[in-house]
Amino acid sequence: MSHAFPFSAIVGQDAMKQAMLLTAIDAGIGGVLVFGDRGTGKSTAVRGLVALLPPITAIKGCPVNSAAEADIPDWANVADRNVVEKPTPVVDLPLGATEDRVVGALDIEKALAKGEKAFEAGLLARANRGYLYIDEVNLLEDHLVDLLLDVAQSGENLVEREGLSIRHPARFVLVGSGNPEEGELRPQLLDRFGLSVEVKSPKDIDTRIEVIKRRDAFDQDRAKFVKSWAKSDEAIRKSIIAARKRLSKIRTNDAILKDCAALCLELGSDGLRGELTLLRAARAQAAFEGASEITRAHLRAVAPMALSHRLRRDPLDEAGSTTRVMRTVEAVLP
Amino acid sequence: MTTAQERWASFNLAIALFAIDPAPLGGIWLRARVGPVRDRIIQALNIALDTDFFPRLHPNISDEALFGGLDLSATLATGHPIQTEGLLSKGGTVILTMAERAKSALLARLAGALDAETGLSIIALDEAAEEGEGLGHSLSDRLGLHLQLDAIPQSAAQEMEFDSTALAEARARLTHVRHAPEDYRDLCLVAKALGVTSLRAVQHALRLARHSAALMGSDQVEQADLQLAVELALVPRATQIPETAPPEQARPPQPQETEAQENPSDPEDPQTEGEDLPPFEALIEAAKAMLPPDLLARLAAQRAARQSKGSSGTGNRKKGNHRGRPVASRSGELGGGARIDLIATLRSAAPWQGLRAQTTAPKPRGMHIRKVDIRVKQFEQSSDRVIIFVVDASGSSAMSRMAEAKGAIELMLGEAYARRDHVALVAFRGAGADILLNPTRSLVQTKRRLQDLPGGGGTPLAAGLKSALDLAVLTSGKGMTPSLAVLTDGRANVSLDGSANRAQAGEDAQNMAKALRGRGVPAIVIDTGQRPTRGLDDLAKVMGAAYVPLPRADAKSLNAAVEAALPSA
Repeated sequence: MSHAFPFSAIVGQDAMKQAMLLTAIDAGIGGVLVFGDRGTGKSTAVRGLVALLPPITAIKGCPVNSAAEADIPDWANVADRNVVEKPTPVVDLPLGATEDRVVGALDIEKALAKGEKAFEAGLLARANRGYLYIDEVNLLEDHLVDLLLDVAQSGENLVEREGLSIRHPARFVLVGSGNPEEGELRPQLLDRFGLSVEVKSPKDIDTRIEVIKRRDAFDQDRAKFVKSWAKSDEAIRKSIIAARKRLSKIRTNDAILKDCAALCLELGSDGLRGELTLLRAARAQAAFEGASEITRAHLRAVAPMALSHRLRRDPLDEAGSTTRVMRTVEAVLP
Repeated sequence: MTTAQERWASFNLAIALFAIDPAPLGGIWLRARVGPVRDRIIQALNIALDTDFFPRLHPNISDEALFGGLDLSATLATGHPIQTEGLLSKGGTVILTMAERAKSALLARLAGALDAETGLSIIALDEAAEEGEGLGHSLSDRLGLHLQLDAIPQSAAQEMEFDSTALAEARARLTHVRHAPEDYRDLCLVAKALGVTSLRAVQHALRLARHSAALMGSDQVEQADLQLAVELALVPRATQIPETAPPEQARPPQPQETEAQENPSDPEDPQTEGEDLPPFEALIEAAKAMLPPDLLARLAAQRAARQSKGSSGTGNRKKGNHRGRPVASRSGELGGGARIDLIATLRSAAPWQGLRAQTTAPKPRGMHIRKVDIRVKQFEQSSDRVIIFVVDASGSSAMSRMAEAKGAIELMLGEAYARRDHVALVAFRGAGADILLNPTRSLVQTKRRLQDLPGGGGTPLAAGLKSALDLAVLTSGKGMTPSLAVLTDGRANVSLDGSANRAQAGEDAQNMAKALRGRGVPAIVIDTGQRPTRGLDDLAKVMGAAYVPLPRADAKSLNAAVEAALPSA
């Protein structure tokens, strides 16, 4: 696709955009899950974000996008070792992809035609230092989910099969989208996403009109439309770069840590991942806003997306977990 | 409702609009059984698009056929990689046959291919017989034209006519067609009134209107074009009948456009022939006339079918917890996700090496592998079913009921090895419910666990259902397919919190039934009372479950009823 729909031109869906920007600032937050109605711009947002991200520097021929020559895995036969700027990699993981395609496998072509034992890198290798996008993540086959969990946690892909023993780094931001009506996500995978947001079709007629209008303008003349939004996209890109620089200098005082813990305790989220993500997300939010330390306002801004998917589900609770988080936030952080 | 001839004429027009430029409309969702009427449509599409045939996809098509890939046999023969071209990579219009059977994985891929905007369009032939079956939403939402051919008699299906010069002119004109800025608002309002939430539908309507204007030889989208677009793109997706007075009366002044192209020079008044209504109300009125009279009944049936199945109509998804148990490899084609068994392939090629080395002219290095040598791995996969018995252990008849439930469980487990059934038992009595038997296939364990069961007390139906729901969620997380069999003869009289409050208990039971239905757990409610118990059939309805009165249930008849009512794995 020559032109992606500009990220800044997406109408509404602020939570989704915010969550994606936070992961762009701090990849360590650990991915975004976007759950919601059809046709709400989930995949459009991912493509738009990628078009807007600053490029990475990497070895040109490296299958895992290594930053320096020393990082090139020893199995890779890299011909071109020049350092170049590459766009941030985004890899689609299609449903029903075979395990071979995901983790990589023996290069059958080479094995049979030349009799060499070579490793053919999979999708996880290509996603290193970038984004792994899974549409309809809730429909993903179980064995792939297990595999992804393992890699996402360790940041390393280990292949032991058909007489090969290969390892390579696989650090990526997992972005999943799906429609909850078609199937739920396993709690283990749910927990592995740092942030989760719910998206809904806009109900307000003016918003809907604006969506259609912009999309139509985009369809009529892509280059022109992208150009007309280039400035706002550029502004976002600059603030991402600035926020990344600022990130390590953001101060965190003990009162904020206490708030995080109190919030998670009150909500009864499992494990400590909730606190950690909440803190990281709040820090990224503070960096984005140009603040020098994390405040309660930052916590409030990110708490629903960092915590709502970590609650124990109550089948009789009609309100939904986002509302529960909001209520608790108001009670705990006056 | 309109006559069959009129509908047929509008289909003819729809196909003409599609033929002008298929890709922006995504495609056609053609709902019809196989027959001459559908053949006519396909034939018409061939004529309109000026092709001899469309490439056909079938629901089990492999990735390699779709996207292309390495042609292994040709590669081996020539010694250098040879790629095959996939059906989707060529773009153009393709037909998806038996679209109702397409799995979500395929639908996701097709949807992705459409989103990539490579000029692809898809005609989905959906032969779904019942409501709730049919093409999954992820694809149908991306197809602009929804044509329902049922109830069109063959006599009405005349040969369609297309004016190829008019189509060519329309194609050339398409980029010049402009529309009034109010049209965005009008289409959005109509979509809202019809209960169409997808924004893609509005987009498709707008494009159709533009196509229609181009076909009419106009550079300006008129009211008639909008009306046609609403009829073709929005009416088939309607989920409600519009109210007579639309919520918003006056159109607020349009904000100033930033894009120059969206500022057409003073649009003519789109109202024609002295219609008093503002345009969007006229559109809504026209749309209303097009709605099938049984819309609401059909929607209800669809919802029920969907909920009781808990899927999007693409069949039961098997998670397959025993997935990937390897069985002996055998010779076969590579492709379709098949994995080569390298060792077996080499082994089968080994005996021939001497012969092949002599007969192959330029002596290649390494082994000589021919297509016949290739062995692919086979995996056995199946999804296990769990039947959760929820048994009422309250009141006087508790003992006999429990005994029969026990009998039925043992009968099922007797056949478990053949059918991969797991069985669990939840009993409720007194103030709460207990899981007496966790999902198991072990007959021995079952017999020991179920030796003596306590009975008597109140009927905490809600608590029983809640335990069952928890268990169902747990087992489905483990990759099994849970089903529920509820055995009771009484009405709920103990609420979730354990208090004896009949009204609250009834409400709690209803809520739990709703939750079960929301989860899409198939269920059967067996009434073991001497006479049908009031309210129990209603509860079954809420649960989306079958209701079976079975006054003298013995283990055999119980087993048969459960087998008949619950989907097989």
